[in-house]
Amino acid sequence: MDKPEKKTTRRDFLFTTSYTVGAVGLGAVVWPLIDQMNPDKAQKALATTEVDISQIEPGKSITVLWRGKPVFLKRRTQEEIAEARSVSLSDLPHPEKDEERVKDGKDEWLVMLGVCTHLGCVPLSNKGDYKGWFCPCHGSHYDVSGRIRKGPAPKNMEIPKYEFVDSNTIKIG
Amino acid sequence: MSEHEYVPKSKIGKWFNDRLPLLSLASHLTDYPTPKNLNYWWTFGGILTFCLLTQIITGVVLAMHYVAHADLAFASVEHIMRDVNYGWLIRYIHSNGASMFFLAVYIHIFRALFYGSYKSPREVIWIIGLAIYLLMMAAAFMGYVLPWGQMSFWGATVITNLFSAIPLVGDSITTWLWGAYSVDNPTLNRFFSLHYLIPFLILGLVVLHIWALHIPGNNNPVGIDIKKPSKDTVPFHPYITIKDTFALLLFMIIFAGFVFFAPNVLGHSDNYIQANPMVTPAHIVPEWYLLPFYAILRSVPDKLGGVILMFGAIFILFVLPWLDTSKVRSAVFRPIYRQFFWILVVDVLMLGYMGAMPAEGIYLVLARVGTIYYFLHFIVILPVVGYLEKTEPVPLSISEPVLGGTADYSMAKKDNEKI
Repeated sequence: MDKPEKKTTRRDFLFTTSYTVGAVGLGAVVWPLIDQMNPDKAQKALATTEVDISQIEPGKSITVLWRGKPVFLKRRTQEEIAEARSVSLSDLPHPEKDEERVKDGKDEWLVMLGVCTHLGCVPLSNKGDYKGWFCPCHGSHYDVSGRIRKGPAPKNMEIPKYEFVDSNTIKIG
Repeated sequence: MSEHEYVPKSKIGKWFNDRLPLLSLASHLTDYPTPKNLNYWWTFGGILTFCLLTQIITGVVLAMHYVAHADLAFASVEHIMRDVNYGWLIRYIHSNGASMFFLAVYIHIFRALFYGSYKSPREVIWIIGLAIYLLMMAAAFMGYVLPWGQMSFWGATVITNLFSAIPLVGDSITTWLWGAYSVDNPTLNRFFSLHYLIPFLILGLVVLHIWALHIPGNNNPVGIDIKKPSKDTVPFHPYITIKDTFALLLFMIIFAGFVFFAPNVLGHSDNYIQANPMVTPAHIVPEWYLLPFYAILRSVPDKLGGVILMFGAIFILFVLPWLDTSKVRSAVFRPIYRQFFWILVVDVLMLGYMGAMPAEGIYLVLARVGTIYYFLHFIVILPVVGYLEKTEPVPLSISEPVLGGTADYSMAKKDNEKI
């Protein structure tokens, strides 16, 4: 065990410190090269969109572009709201109450990313087995609350951060 | 590696060769002893080299006229088609060239599967080849995005979203790939950069692929080790070069047939509509050469599971040399494996067809059966058949036929004495 070549020498210390400093230096060089691919300031600057909703009739919806993605703004009828709320949570692959997906007192407005949570296609509205949305790419069915009911998508369609600026304007983002 | 020391005849040749032995390399490549029984399935290596060079040359030219910007890309491709001198020809060669490249690579891969070319001592050749195949798929996918049509955009969306299936970091990775919050201009820009890079990486791997090949030498249709050089071999030039050239000419006739008579038959008409992030085409399909994997992806009713199986379908090929337990290489002498080989061919073709069909009803059922069989072939059938199969007698050399079911060692000895 106490052979002379097994002893820690000054050379070992030099090796260890050199490798350590080298690794830190390499990391410092590689990180900017990786991070430059993340969204830049110009992309981040597009983070909010204001939408005028005064022209939307009950039962109709519009689609707007936010951060390069479509956002569905649907003004739901009372029957549709009732239907969405009659569903038992145990029937849902991703259990979420309809109340959690809309703002308090604004039950008729469903504001949601129009992006299928499977592989990012735009689902078609008023289609599918649950009268909500149907994704043509790989066959995911969503209900009138945008919740996944059948197909390969793992989650309900996402609700973006948004607020009512006044009764006729929604700010997304 | 080299069977004899090469000495250039001229004084200047010798002077140069002593400093950089390029002439020795050229001599090695021309004299390289090749099994004399190589059939036409062995000509696809040369054909693939031609395909790679075609893609690089036409690609460099296209990049002189193409604009990698979300607002301008679609119009610049139409500009190439209508305004640039011979632009239509160069673009059609490039777009059909990708399909021809994959056609050739699939034949090349299935040739290796049939004749056991992936087995010891050629595992490293096989693995480098698979790395080339992976890079080819990446290059083809990114290239298909560049025209910025509807299929470009939605293909890019679906494929990049595959990464969002990764637990915890999935969403960060997709955002990082996009450089935005969806497929957008930064995505197009970086795909162009990488699409230009990858062919040169492939070129480097091709050099390693051929280098690794020249260590043990070519496998051959009877799949036996041969003495090199011997009466079982012929020099690469002129015997193989002329055979490769003839096969290449036939291949080029088919290639030209697509370019001049059916340049869009392998593409999708939706890609002549400019990308629109608001509308997904009713039926998204990848290019034909990715369809079997697409069918596997869609056959699993779970997002992460589908992604894992799809990548698994490729990565399982990396361990193939260790899954196949048979000591006999060529399927010519493997009566059971031979049948399973053809079932696998049919299975992959069927998966390709299912990938092009909507994922519902009987198509979905058949895609699932096909997926299960694909994995069954590699994980169960290959190891088990290797143990149980009674192989047919293998000849001792290419020159000597199999005699009466058992190898005649006296013949082999006589053969060796002649060398």
